[in-house]
Amino acid sequence: MEKIPILKMGRFLLVTVQVDMHDQLAMQLQEDLTDRIVAARARGVLIDISALEVVDSFIGRMISNIAAMARVLDAETVVVGIQPAVAITLVELGLSLEGVRTALNIDRGMSLLQERLAEEQR
Amino acid sequence: MPATGQTLRKIVTQSQKELLAEWVQAQLGATTLRSDLMKEGELREQSRELLALLQATVGSGDIAQIEGSDWASVRDFLAKVSRSRAQQGFSPSETATFVLSLKQPLFTRLRGELSKDAQALADEIWATTDLLDKLALLTVETYVKSREDLIQRQQREMMELSTPVVQLWDNILALPLIGTLDSERTQVVMESLLQKIVETGASIAIIDITGVPTVDTLVAQHLLKTVAAARLMGADCIISGIRPQIAQTIVHLGVNLSDVTTKASLADAFSIALKRTQARLPQQLGATT
Repeated sequence: MEKIPILKMGRFLLVTVQVDMHDQLAMQLQEDLTDRIVAARARGVLIDISALEVVDSFIGRMISNIAAMARVLDAETVVVGIQPAVAITLVELGLSLEGVRTALNIDRGMSLLQERLAEEQR
Repeated sequence: MPATGQTLRKIVTQSQKELLAEWVQAQLGATTLRSDLMKEGELREQSRELLALLQATVGSGDIAQIEGSDWASVRDFLAKVSRSRAQQGFSPSETATFVLSLKQPLFTRLRGELSKDAQALADEIWATTDLLDKLALLTVETYVKSREDLIQRQQREMMELSTPVVQLWDNILALPLIGTLDSERTQVVMESLLQKIVETGASIAIIDITGVPTVDTLVAQHLLKTVAAARLMGADCIISGIRPQIAQTIVHLGVNLSDVTTKASLADAFSIALKRTQARLPQQLGATT
């Protein structure tokens, strides 16, 4: 069965969605990611969905659920690389991902996470 | 009634020249003549052409069925004439009069031919008037349709013209909105803004609503949608150019803009955007080194 890889980068986890997300895959990701956050004591999660061209309400809700779960485990989630069409669809579906931080690309997302970590260590 | 239309055929075929002369005379004398828009020669030419086409069609076709293929050439010609008249600035009734004014010369001739037989005269007049009315309606229809096309094209052009996204500075975009925001325009605005964010990598977008005449709940909702979509792309939005009346309306309507930074003028928005991007710049540099 295919799986979405979760990479560890220092204190952050990097999830890049390279395939079409279907419901089962999203559920699997949610489970794997929460396990990994606890195991790796991650402080931040970066989800890159730049390859995602279609979203439905379920996937949208999964993304915001995953972010909420990560926050409970004290890991900040940044969703990066949302395509314009995907952004419009999410807004039209009424899912504006409140409480999830967003950035244009991985670079920006990473610096957001690092800023936050630096603030905490101060 | 096999005879119906016979006399009409005869008149149109045999006395075309006289008919044309009388028709043009009637058109020139009518109050709907627009000599400022169309020259006499052109009018004469159009009338001649229509009569010739009518002659060709009436001879073979059924005069009660102008939808048939026999009438295709007449229909095409009338469509062409009324389209060009619509562009020249004729009114719909002036366009229809072109065909309707043929009635009088035709009826006069019918009366001359059938003065003995009142029954046949009535039948012929009915058949002729029916035909001409249909043709006149056709010109009006084409006229309206070409006007509608024009309006739609202008709407499209306005839509494209009125939604520029300009880059003010590194990482700062401005979106000056002019005119009313309906759902269709919001869609265009949103798409072009998001596209530009991807292209330039901007982190702040200033939406300037100085040119938006009124803000009601719907417009406010559209604005908030745009802001939410831009946020998903990682760009913060600042709404600027809020006039005093609009601020009052927004509060009276109970629209919640508290999650969005709002500024009274574009200058204020720009200065805060500069501050924010520059405040972020040293940290970013520190992070990468």
